[in-house]
Amino acid sequence: MTIRTISFDGVIVGGGGAGMRAALQLSQSGYKTAVISKVFPTRSHTVSAQGGITCAIASNDPNDDWRWHMYDTVKGSDYIGDQDAIEYMCSVGPEAVYELDHMGMPFSRTEEGRIYQRPFGGQSKGPDNPTQAARTCAAADRTGHALLHTLYQGNMKNETVFFNEWYATDLVKNEDGAVTGVIAICIETGEVVHIKSKATVLATGGAGRIYASTTNAHINTGDGIGMALRAGVPVQDIEMWQFHPTGIAGAGVLVTEGCRGEGGYLVNKDGERFMERYAPNAKDLAGRDVVARSMTLEILEGRGCGPDGDHVYLKLDHLGEEVLESRLPGICELSRTFAHADPVKEPVPVIPTCHYMMGGIPTNVDGQAITVDADGNDQIIPGLYACGEVACVSVHGANRLGGNSLLDLVVFGRSSGLHIEKSLREGIDMKDATEAEIAKAASRLTSLNNTTGGEGVAALRKELQTIMQNYFGVFRRGDYMKEGIKKLAELRPRIENAHLADKSNAYNTARIEILELHNLFEVAEATAIAAEERKESRGAHAREDFEDRDDENWLCHSMYFPGDKSVGKRGVNFTPKTVDTFQPKIRTY
Amino acid sequence: MLNVSIYRYNPETDAEPYMQDLEVDTAGKDLMVLDVLELIKAEDTTTSYRRSCREGVCGSDGMNINGKNGLACIMPLSEAMKGGNKLVLRPLPGLPVIRDLVVDMSLFYKQYEKVKPFLINDTPAPAIERLQSPEEREKLDGLYECILCACCSTACPSFWWNPDRFIGPSGLLQAYRFLADSRDTSTEQRLADLDDPFSVFRCHGIQNCVSVCPKGLNPTKAIGHIRNMLLTSAT
Repeated sequence: MTIRTISFDGVIVGGGGAGMRAALQLSQSGYKTAVISKVFPTRSHTVSAQGGITCAIASNDPNDDWRWHMYDTVKGSDYIGDQDAIEYMCSVGPEAVYELDHMGMPFSRTEEGRIYQRPFGGQSKGPDNPTQAARTCAAADRTGHALLHTLYQGNMKNETVFFNEWYATDLVKNEDGAVTGVIAICIETGEVVHIKSKATVLATGGAGRIYASTTNAHINTGDGIGMALRAGVPVQDIEMWQFHPTGIAGAGVLVTEGCRGEGGYLVNKDGERFMERYAPNAKDLAGRDVVARSMTLEILEGRGCGPDGDHVYLKLDHLGEEVLESRLPGICELSRTFAHADPVKEPVPVIPTCHYMMGGIPTNVDGQAITVDADGNDQIIPGLYACGEVACVSVHGANRLGGNSLLDLVVFGRSSGLHIEKSLREGIDMKDATEAEIAKAASRLTSLNNTTGGEGVAALRKELQTIMQNYFGVFRRGDYMKEGIKKLAELRPRIENAHLADKSNAYNTARIEILELHNLFEVAEATAIAAEERKESRGAHAREDFEDRDDENWLCHSMYFPGDKSVGKRGVNFTPKTVDTFQPKIRTY
Repeated sequence: MLNVSIYRYNPETDAEPYMQDLEVDTAGKDLMVLDVLELIKAEDTTTSYRRSCREGVCGSDGMNINGKNGLACIMPLSEAMKGGNKLVLRPLPGLPVIRDLVVDMSLFYKQYEKVKPFLINDTPAPAIERLQSPEEREKLDGLYECILCACCSTACPSFWWNPDRFIGPSGLLQAYRFLADSRDTSTEQRLADLDDPFSVFRCHGIQNCVSVCPKGLNPTKAIGHIRNMLLTSAT
């Protein structure tokens, strides 16, 4: 098979918020930039973000300070977020948000004409003042939609080249281990090409579809993580998965934390506002990990709602129709459609639901992917960048704060673009990949096209999702996880041999779904092995057999290496440039 | 068992499109149409359609459901079939079919691009956001929420006739979204670009767009505003 090569200065894999922000930066400076997106870009999962983008623009409180946002984020991360990266995100954030406004993003407004900010979980006014802040900039409850469309429009204006409904399958590496591009397949025609680039940015988003119950779109299959692991790139803190407190019970669809920000609260079957017991100060706006665990405990202890006692209620009706329809119109719509509950009149049944991957490809603040050498020193992987959910900079550590994902993706999409721009200007010298190296990267496709037997994709995917849901959920236990790892090991060859019965070329989604399942499996296995290895409870990682945080042994990142499936440790950055270190403390809300 | 009739066409193997009749076990539940498609695809992987968010915000799964355009993921069977006993799924009308329920949306996107759907403001940007009052911002409500699913434009007879020259309800909704934005300074140029017999004036107020929009938006109203602006600017 000869593969056509197309060359660009920068190629971005993924057309969500992070990818399009990176692409915009590059195309604005005149570099030939391509975005490969398996869906038309506005169908990317950023579109589903609801509540907002957290950032100290001092609209709600003129004295607001990005350092307070930084403190909240460090504390929210349970102290394994890198403080230099969090400092960068929180301090650069306002500029990045103003740029979105200048591009036309339709933010909601205050009477003064400024961007509207709402309270979100984990927000304070600094280390010594636990007063609830209102720091999340919002476009009603459709902030992700507004942001994603604005970024697509910005790229259109700057003539970024889009490969829409193309699917990147694997990274191409040269003999020096540098990433020189990707193999991609056109979904519409089945054509396979080698897209060559001096810089390759993975911006493929999350992988929530490893779980049976998730707020994530069907397309969130961890493609970037799969590509990275197959290319020998390690992943960091991959055991850290956020379960969002308010997924609609049964449907998995998200209702924003902004509901609680606007004054909604959770109740158990006795009508008790139970978060007052678990987080006396912040109550329903404690960290997401804290709220999700509290809800799970209520349910496990028999205080759940509904005939099976398997969910709790989110009460919103007391906010009144006017507030609900103006501030939370999308939520009203979703709740009526998926919960058959009208929030104006009745509570919404909710349950903690897999939502966000805190871990990912380790990067520095410039988006450059990092591995560690045998001596434990950071090594930059030439040619490879990552930003957004697929990356682990790490600004979220063990638990992400609501509103920080959209900020993460614009700030680090932007910084990746800026760094590539600078590197291109200085000149990037990289050996071309050989024919053999390109063919190697395309080999997964080739062998898939030659399958003659094996199991179907839907049943295998369901089995994988059930294992992850049962053995690696909100609460975890060593013996259970070991069993889960064993089950995954048995599943691997079956997934690798999944049968592609339909070998046609025109819009063959069966082929794409198997390729996606390979990626889901890689993410799941890395999650499982890293989760079993981290013998403590921190942030979203809650173990029944190691209930306490163990700063002596685990105040660090985990690093999962795909070659030998081992887990190592990497230091957390405690040295921000302009402020004093926030020292680890007991985390209470 | 649910009776389903689904449009099938694979250009590599089928000489022409056909309707495939199936029975699907829904366990008596009032599933969403997309759930039914997922059940079908689990059995027959060749069945092709687009889907992503499954909650009505990404706009991937617009299709013709029992004769009316809508999003499969937020369309319950009870509503789709209303009294009937069969679920009938066809691709969005008026656009070339790539395979099964997947249509080629190039023309639809081209019309969207034509209206320059991005903010134009050549004055230097301030150090903070451009101020906009809640009243000014309110003018964007009902416009910016468009998800580009193409349900409206592919339900519009005027778009069927002139898909290359009539912008269509979705594109015009977006055109008005930027005309209505207090931060945009390109009003005159935008109007000049639309001022021809086809771009806007092919709308005959049939309002199919309004009746199918899964987000409850009203393109006809937006088109009316553009007409008024064009007529006012001409005098």
